[in-house]
Amino acid sequence: MSKQYAIVTKALTKRFGHFTATDAITFEVEQGEIFGFLGANGAGKTTAMRMLCGLLTPTSGEATIAGYDIYKQTEQVKKRIGYMSQKFSLYEDLTVKENIRFYAGIYGLSNQQIKEKTAELLRKLQMEKEGGQLVSSLPLGWKQKLSFSIAVIHDPSIVFLDEPTGGVDPITRRQFWDLIYEAADRGVTIFVTTHYMDEAEYCNRISIMVDGKIKALDTPRKLKEQFNADSMNDVFLQLARAKS
Amino acid sequence: MRTIFFILQKEFLQIFRNRSMLPIIFVVPVVQLLVLSFAANYEIKNLTVDIIDQDGSTWSRQLRDKLLASDYFSLYRQTYDPKEAYNDLAMDRADLVLTIPPHFERDLVREDEASLQMMVNAINGSKAGLAAGYASSIIGSFNRQIRLDWLALDEDNGPARIAVDFRYWYNPDMNYKYFMVPGILGVLVTLIGGFLSGMNIVKEKEMGTIEQLNVTPIRKFHFITGKLLPFWIIALFELAFGLLVGKLVFGLPVVGNIGWVFLYAAVYLLAILGLGLLISTFTDTQQQSMFISWFFLIIFILMGGLFTPVESMPEWAQQITLFNPAAYFIKVIRMVMLKGSGWEDIRYYFGIMFVFAAVINGVAIWNYRKTV
Amino acid sequence: MRQFLVFVRKEFYHIFRDKRTLLILFGMPVVLIVLFGFAITNEIHKAQIAVLDNARDAFSSRLVSRLTASGYFEVNRYLSSRAEVEPAFREGDIKLVVVIPEKFGHNFHHAKKAPLQLITDSSDPNTATTLTNYANAIVMQYQEEMGGKMELPLTIQTAVRMEYNPSLKGVFLFVPGVMTLILMLVSAMMTSITITREKELGTMEILLVSPLRPLLIIAGKVVPYIGLSFIISLLILAMGAGVFAMPVKGSLVLLLLECILFGLTALSLGILISTITNSQQTAMMISMMGLLLPTILLSGFVFPLESMPVALQVISNIFPAKWFIIILKSIMLKGGGLQQVWLPTLILSGMTLFFLALSIRNFKSRLS
Repeated sequence: MSKQYAIVTKALTKRFGHFTATDAITFEVEQGEIFGFLGANGAGKTTAMRMLCGLLTPTSGEATIAGYDIYKQTEQVKKRIGYMSQKFSLYEDLTVKENIRFYAGIYGLSNQQIKEKTAELLRKLQMEKEGGQLVSSLPLGWKQKLSFSIAVIHDPSIVFLDEPTGGVDPITRRQFWDLIYEAADRGVTIFVTTHYMDEAEYCNRISIMVDGKIKALDTPRKLKEQFNADSMNDVFLQLARAKS
Repeated sequence: MRTIFFILQKEFLQIFRNRSMLPIIFVVPVVQLLVLSFAANYEIKNLTVDIIDQDGSTWSRQLRDKLLASDYFSLYRQTYDPKEAYNDLAMDRADLVLTIPPHFERDLVREDEASLQMMVNAINGSKAGLAAGYASSIIGSFNRQIRLDWLALDEDNGPARIAVDFRYWYNPDMNYKYFMVPGILGVLVTLIGGFLSGMNIVKEKEMGTIEQLNVTPIRKFHFITGKLLPFWIIALFELAFGLLVGKLVFGLPVVGNIGWVFLYAAVYLLAILGLGLLISTFTDTQQQSMFISWFFLIIFILMGGLFTPVESMPEWAQQITLFNPAAYFIKVIRMVMLKGSGWEDIRYYFGIMFVFAAVINGVAIWNYRKTV
Repeated sequence: MRQFLVFVRKEFYHIFRDKRTLLILFGMPVVLIVLFGFAITNEIHKAQIAVLDNARDAFSSRLVSRLTASGYFEVNRYLSSRAEVEPAFREGDIKLVVVIPEKFGHNFHHAKKAPLQLITDSSDPNTATTLTNYANAIVMQYQEEMGGKMELPLTIQTAVRMEYNPSLKGVFLFVPGVMTLILMLVSAMMTSITITREKELGTMEILLVSPLRPLLIIAGKVVPYIGLSFIISLLILAMGAGVFAMPVKGSLVLLLLECILFGLTALSLGILISTITNSQQTAMMISMMGLLLPTILLSGFVFPLESMPVALQVISNIFPAKWFIIILKSIMLKGGGLQQVWLPTLILSGMTLFFLALSIRNFKSRLS
């Protein structure tokens, strides 16, 4: 049954001392879906994502990624996921090509594959000329796009994006989402956290987290109907205000 | 295995891309070796002395000439005014003030006894001890000489004596550099291995790149190996490079099989790199890691017998030294190079170092697992 | 000014939040002083020796027990032939071999001359010299007692007075040294690293666009370290006085002012380093290799400057540490006042201004 779902969680909980960061969240993400994860800062989005990526061990609850258990089959999970954190995480003192080569290498791609992937990636990002440049010399938008491309270099079935477009201009954001759509068309499941409400509209389905709990989960259109709102922004504000 | 290769490639790229790294690897060791081996010298020569000769007799002049004829002392000032001499002592211009009182010669002849006064600047206690020792022995030999001259004594008429024959093995010229250079090499290897490795891992934490690595299927073992191996290689290279410099510049003798030095260094580095890894597991910033490494390394080095022999430490300090890997390394490197010690002599130390490496790395890896 | 204070407060938070570093900052001087004071000595305790006694008579065995009774030597083993000497040395622990020839006692009493051989492991020349001196003194004393005393004519008595440090405590030299070292470490190394850290993390840019002037930012970063290094100087002085009875013969106020001056010199060096490099690793290596090691080696703190080649003695003048140690020794041990230390003080002040001017120039050229 779980085969058609990319992500399945059941009452996934993480507590830090007395503070419950994510409180028994339960949801499924289908294969090939663009799944948005919304919430105010500190609502528990990043914690949830970090648990799914294997960076944090949950306190309780269950979860499977691509059918693999996140407790026992971490190796299998890690091979099938890509991850891009909100903190830029390429090596600034390596060139674009060297970064690609390194990450492709540790995901076990063969030399031939690395060569092909590098060429393809640079062509797609129109960065052929910049391949030999140090990453530190690139503008932020380019770095983000490069980060994403490297996060999917091993053709993962699911990719986790933690606020990937923070601090970039609207045009670059649009280009970034083109990359996301393209990956989704190839059947890659996208799990993205954001607090840009216009980006939320791009998602197939979204969940809204408040205080560690999932308060709403549906397609953007249905959510707007449900909350009788014009935009996702209104939906979000209604939920966030309900809290206080 | 292929994963390790990719990590290694990345590490070397990063290390050599850092423009200040190359001078650190090539220039610093040479400078250190040259400066240290010239600077690290306990031999006391050129002590400055003020002489207050209030006697002005033949013997007082002979004593002065004899004192100054030695390698140890050079005259700073000869004066009649004690105040001038004391001032020189206070201003560090003179290390020693020798006062020959009036009627020195007359007292010796008439009363068979005369006294001299010697004031030593004793802020540096060991130097003062040596200075006083040298001066006393010169005065002693002057005393014997005038006695023989005056009484026309013959050695065989004197009391029975033990004729001590001193032999200085392994370093008959007493060249202090032969002793220091291997020790300094040991320190260099320790610094490269201990500091850089720890900082390098913490850097990934500080920059946030470690997170990206943690979601990849990279195995911890591969990651650690890939991170530490470059410094293992660089440190061994430093050792070879330093040995070459030592050989060319100082004519450093290598009595034993140099292979043992490298083999021992290889094992020793496992322990030191493990220490770097351990430090990196409980620090979050490079500053912290550097600071903690510095703390340990300075203790290792000061208590490693580099400058002062382990044997002269108090009992409790010697007990602590038993847990100092650097002390074993410095000892073994000197044994092999200067005395030609072989497997039979050093295998015990190999055993100890293996235990160190195993324990430190064990704890480090266990701790590393916990954190991520 | 208010903004400046806010900024200084932020830096204090950085330092005091980091308990581990703080612990080491205060633990290090304590450990170093204890090590230097108690553990780092050139005296010999129970050096391991081997004895090859070919005579095996009462005269020889008494000599051996004399050697061990001194506390300087401990017989590790008895050898039975000359061939065993070499392997004994190669194992590493034996520092001295006493070779007593046949008929040792007979020769002494009848031939009036008994040869004795002392072989030392001179791979460590210092220890070898010390050991032979000690052993020789014991042998001479033994000879005198066995031969019976003789009233000797024409005896010169030498009265030796050890000025400033009558009990020859090594710690009197090390306290100023450790103080210099720690101030260098805290002020120069720590500042250069904190500033490069802000650069490396990119937070420096954020600070630079703030309304604070760049020079104030740098000042704000270093002020807490001045405070910290001052507290540490006090700690070291207190330990020196409390544990080792190290006196401060001169003016305490002058001494503390000099400490602040040297703290400033070290800070200016730290700032200078941070204007040269952008990476913490490099800053650390430069501070370590360029500042700390010369401080240890070329300031006359561990090794006497007199015995170094002239070139090094000349080079040692450019390191602030040398001058600070001169000041410390003069004030603490000799009771010197400004009259005695004006020259080194002037040199340190000059160096500080020079380093600051150089870093401001570097800093400005980087900004424009």
